Amino acid sequence: MTAQLLLVQALNGLQFGVLLFLVAAGLTLVFGVMDFINLAHGVQYMLGAYLGASLAAATGSFWLGLLLALPAALACGLALEWLVFRHLYDRDHLAQVLATFGVILFLNEAVKVIWGSAPLQVPIPDALQGGIALMPGLVYPVYRVAILAAGLATAALLWLLVERTRAGALVRAGASNRPMLAAMGVDTGRLFMLVFGCGAMLAGFAGVMAAPILSVDPGMGDTVLILAFVVIVIGGIGSVRGAFVAALLVGVIETLGRSLLPDVMRLFLAPSPARQAGAALGSMLVYIAMALILAVRPRGLFPARAG
Amino acid sequence: MVEPILRLDGLRKRFGGLAVTDGVSLEVAPGEIHAVIGPNGAGKTTLIHQVSGTLRPDAGRVVFAGQDVTALPLARRARLGLARSFQITAVLPGFTALENAALAVQARSGSSFRFLRAAATEAALNREARAALDQVGLGPRAGMPAGALSHGERRQLELAIALAMRPRLLLLDEPLAGAGPEETERLVGLLRGLRGRYAILLVEHDMGAVFALADRISVLVYGRVIATGAPAAIRADPAVRAAYLGEEEAA
Amino acid sequence: MTGALRAAALPLLVFGLLAAAPFLGLGAGWAMTLLARAMILGIAALSLWLVVGGAGLVSLGQAAMLGIGAYAVVVLDAAGVTEALVVTPVAIGAAALFALATGAVAMRTGGVSFIMITLAFGQMAFFTASSLAIYGGDDGYTLYGRSTVAGARWMQDRLAFHYLCLGLLLGSFLLCRMLLASRFGRVLRAARENALRAQAVGFEPYPYRLVAYAIAGGIAGLAGFLLANATEFVAPSFLAWQRSGDLLFMVILGGLGSPFGAVLGALAIVLLEEWLGHLTQHWRLIFGPLLVLAVLFLRGGLVGLGRRHG
Repeated sequence: MTAQLLLVQALNGLQFGVLLFLVAAGLTLVFGVMDFINLAHGVQYMLGAYLGASLAAATGSFWLGLLLALPAALACGLALEWLVFRHLYDRDHLAQVLATFGVILFLNEAVKVIWGSAPLQVPIPDALQGGIALMPGLVYPVYRVAILAAGLATAALLWLLVERTRAGALVRAGASNRPMLAAMGVDTGRLFMLVFGCGAMLAGFAGVMAAPILSVDPGMGDTVLILAFVVIVIGGIGSVRGAFVAALLVGVIETLGRSLLPDVMRLFLAPSPARQAGAALGSMLVYIAMALILAVRPRGLFPARAG
Repeated sequence: MVEPILRLDGLRKRFGGLAVTDGVSLEVAPGEIHAVIGPNGAGKTTLIHQVSGTLRPDAGRVVFAGQDVTALPLARRARLGLARSFQITAVLPGFTALENAALAVQARSGSSFRFLRAAATEAALNREARAALDQVGLGPRAGMPAGALSHGERRQLELAIALAMRPRLLLLDEPLAGAGPEETERLVGLLRGLRGRYAILLVEHDMGAVFALADRISVLVYGRVIATGAPAAIRADPAVRAAYLGEEEAA
Repeated sequence: MTGALRAAALPLLVFGLLAAAPFLGLGAGWAMTLLARAMILGIAALSLWLVVGGAGLVSLGQAAMLGIGAYAVVVLDAAGVTEALVVTPVAIGAAALFALATGAVAMRTGGVSFIMITLAFGQMAFFTASSLAIYGGDDGYTLYGRSTVAGARWMQDRLAFHYLCLGLLLGSFLLCRMLLASRFGRVLRAARENALRAQAVGFEPYPYRLVAYAIAGGIAGLAGFLLANATEFVAPSFLAWQRSGDLLFMVILGGLGSPFGAVLGALAIVLLEEWLGHLTQHWRLIFGPLLVLAVLFLRGGLVGLGRRHG
């Protein structure tokens, strides 16, 4: 274990965290503003990856694929909202969880039928091939740097939208005090669709970006969804700022834990049990961190809701 | 003077920049009905939350039966004998009237970590619950689901639940809210029957009822107690008339 | 018919049918396997019902407790212990302890994020099981045989296993009913209907809910013990979060009003999955939309359906 390896893994963790943020941002807003638990948010990420992969293959250009996948992901999200989700806003969490679970089962299976069970490969676009020397002896893939940059830029844009626009003010008001929105005479139906569409597109964007470096397979959305839940619980439900901090935290802990813990354990144990214990502990680390944070701050790091 | 059952000592609570409770001190003596009145926005509800334990004051103390309970939550204060009724009735709609009251009896009758015996068959719980229902005249409706009771009956049940706790202080948050004239008459009769037997802190809008029932009245305006005294003294107090009663007369 | 008798009629009928099933032409191997699976998942669904219908908390992590019960069988098997009188309490205890520890964290947040936190802890258990290479990791672990009872191998007998599952299902059902009717259950129900009211008479819901969650964990652990023995194979997929979703579907499909709904829901869904699976390999294409439709239109569940028409 060298300092370089540590640095590379930390960067990988940040880059994974940025992708998590793109998924978690929509989830936390949808839950914060609409009090709607959307398990199917993860499939939005999966759809983004599959649409991006297919469209990139069809057009022969990753960039064209990305450009076309975004409106396609948006369309899928709005179709789902219209067909299923909007009938669930005034139902309890139990109904929301189950119905969106049904949507996941259907879409995961539909993806298998259309694209097959085998993971898809998406080549890294030519312009972003190769590595970049961050410091002497440390070469880091350009594409991963690009993901980091794109994610941070999107986060900044989102921050501007939420903090500096009228719609953003309404969203923040809704997250901290929902009844106020209706009292202010806001057309909540339209606001919900806007938030929902943005969330769906962000998750889709994350999916397209992740496609070349992670495997594109049915069920890829589920793993991300659950980590995104961990992110919004740690960050404080409804808080975009909280989601950002927590996403980076979760990304780094998850990546470092899984890659380094087996080596760390070797300092204390024989190689074989060290690998075992390290792998088990590494996969638990994020959840243990969540438990610790919630034990100290039950409402997360940046609680958005009053009272 | 006898030791008061409840003493509020310089309570303060701010929301943002607004001082909603601004140094409130008052006492309730055993067996006394002490009413708190005040115009809308005077901070009555916030005060009740602090007395019952759903809201922590920023400063000041709540002393109940000689014990500082400022840091205790609602449930702990309830177990000490502080019973509150809710302005918007909060009876359990799926429980029968009897079971609503029996739950309150159960809370002070040994451990509730008992898993085997059906609670509905515990005669001791049912007997006391029935007595509380009889006390408010709901005996004949004991078997009805609370959700099926009329509005006035639910107000009575709310009172029965509080009585079933065998409280040392009743904290009644607008017990007459939403009641019609006949219901009001019956409820006022009920409360009069409790006079002298229970210490009561009564927050109520109905001035007729307040002046008929209370031994002492405190007037709350903008989070401050501007006067405390017997009903006749309060009625004559010029500051009260200006701040509060004048508004009523003008209306 | 009196109300009590009417309420008991459906459970009596269903448990009677399950008892008679081996002699009603369902004695074949595949049918008995299917029925055992349905009854075992019925026990798991009952445990979840105690959480959702009893305590009013929506959990999406119940499969973890089921899986921990199953992995208790594996861990002891690898250590050479196959005696049910030892394995069963360990399975129940381990699952209950996990529920106690994770529930204590999940309930501190005031309920809103209970769903997400139980889901997260369930996923933690899943990944942990996947990473345990000595117990087969992702591939799972094949048991040498079913547990012995006081040294005897009668759980291998198909009929005996059927009645064991039925007996434990009936026992779990009666346990849930008893719990809900007790003082403890009364506090749970009160806190579910109106937590503020429960507090105002002196009950802090937290310890009652936590104990209910731990008991539910123990019951799920029992189901896990049975499931491991039924399949003689345990894999991380036992703990997959989709199974928690399935269990939740069983509970709500049956109806939240009574624990019998969970039993009914489990039977219905296991049979439905089996039937759809015969129709097409991609049966989830039908199952998913059915779930959505059931949520949108079937309020009150199957039990409620029977009541409305009955």
